[in-house]
Amino acid sequence: MQNESRPQTILLPVKPLFIAFTLVAALLANLLPWSGWPLAIKPDFVALIVLHWCILQPRRAGFTVAMLFGLAMDVADGSLLGQHALAYSMLAFAGIVLHRRVLSFTMKDQILHVIPLLLANDVIVLVVRKLAGGEFPGITYFCGSIIAGALWMPLCYLLKLPQIPTPDPDHV
Amino acid sequence: MDYTPPPLFNRGPTPFVRLLLCALLSIGLLIADARLDYLDGIRQVVAVVVYPLQRLAGTPASIFDRIGDFFVTQARLRNDNTRLGEQNLQNAAKLRQFEALSAENTHLRDLLTARQKFPAGTLMAEVLYAGRDPFTRRVIIDKGLQDDIKAGQPVIDEIGVIGQITRVYPWLSEVTLITDKDQVVPVQNLRNGLRAVLGGTGNDGELELKFIPLNADFQTGDQLVTSGIDAVYPPGLPVAQVSNVERNAAYLFARITCKPLAGVSSHAQVLVVNWENKVPERPQPAEKSTGGKRRRGS
Repeated sequence: MQNESRPQTILLPVKPLFIAFTLVAALLANLLPWSGWPLAIKPDFVALIVLHWCILQPRRAGFTVAMLFGLAMDVADGSLLGQHALAYSMLAFAGIVLHRRVLSFTMKDQILHVIPLLLANDVIVLVVRKLAGGEFPGITYFCGSIIAGALWMPLCYLLKLPQIPTPDPDHV
Repeated sequence: MDYTPPPLFNRGPTPFVRLLLCALLSIGLLIADARLDYLDGIRQVVAVVVYPLQRLAGTPASIFDRIGDFFVTQARLRNDNTRLGEQNLQNAAKLRQFEALSAENTHLRDLLTARQKFPAGTLMAEVLYAGRDPFTRRVIIDKGLQDDIKAGQPVIDEIGVIGQITRVYPWLSEVTLITDKDQVVPVQNLRNGLRAVLGGTGNDGELELKFIPLNADFQTGDQLVTSGIDAVYPPGLPVAQVSNVERNAAYLFARITCKPLAGVSSHAQVLVVNWENKVPERPQPAEKSTGGKRRRGS
């Protein structure tokens, strides 16, 4: 178990507004004018954040969020309407079902859960596009998810910061 | 007897049921979008919502560009100035020649009572970003419905054709590049006038002439220009240059690869061509119609 030996601070409840803010920020990051090789290996930030909140706060973020942001991504990308919505709702499902299991692991092992989930997300999009007559864009297509896995640890740390309570100076 | 749990523990449908609902909804959307083209309305609405975010996301890069522009060295500016001056001089000479030829052409066409070619107007647009969808070759430009852009208009740069407008949003539009796998351009060989269909391959910098018989007269280095018979592209715009011809008797068609002339994947400004071709009414098909060429719609 992850935290048994260490003293645990009781985290503050996460604010729904903060979840919304991170999701919009992720959408913004996806919408940056990427081009060339950074575009090829760019992680899908929205997928990463959706998965993060589905694992850490399955009661606050779930299918509605995944569908809405999936549709926004589809329109912004000009891709088929519904491909990201489908992939993200699968991701939300996996996150919600697996959240207890994933959180019981150490950070390194959590990454080993996150990468396959994000790769599955890519595969769903790939299958949908293949069925619609698209061409496989090459193996670099999957690089983004590996990089996103590497971002999991700093992301968890950053997103937990607002929940850490400030010590009360009057506390005896 | 009521066996349902008290509302305190009632959490609605299970995740699996929710997943099924979402998946069905998404698949419904996918089918409606891919097969039936029903969803332009939804797309426009979501596009309006996402637009401010898109502009916001583009801001840091454009500010960076502007700062970069500000610190251009004087040497570079002077170099550019000299080069552009020389180019202008050369172009001016060509333009005089072109004007004379164009007048002569009009005159000759009058004499022959042939149909006049319609001049095309252009609208400059800025490329905002490359399409993020890795399955297609697209760019997004900053002109849309508000600037009377219509789907189907050709897009060119200073050298030649780069693509065609395929989707128009209120303030943006999507240009599908000629290198996209599903994009075709009707072309003509400048050397001998042979018509052909040029299709993208999905790779940057590679195009392919489709369905060319093995004995057709195409050689490496041939220039291909738009033929204009599709009423989409104005005739005579440079498109590509034949880079390799492979004639293998084992196949039905020759494999002819070409290189796009215009900087298809590298430009900041492009021109949207506003060309309304008034094609005369198609004649009524005779008894035994051979099935005329289908015009490629947008």
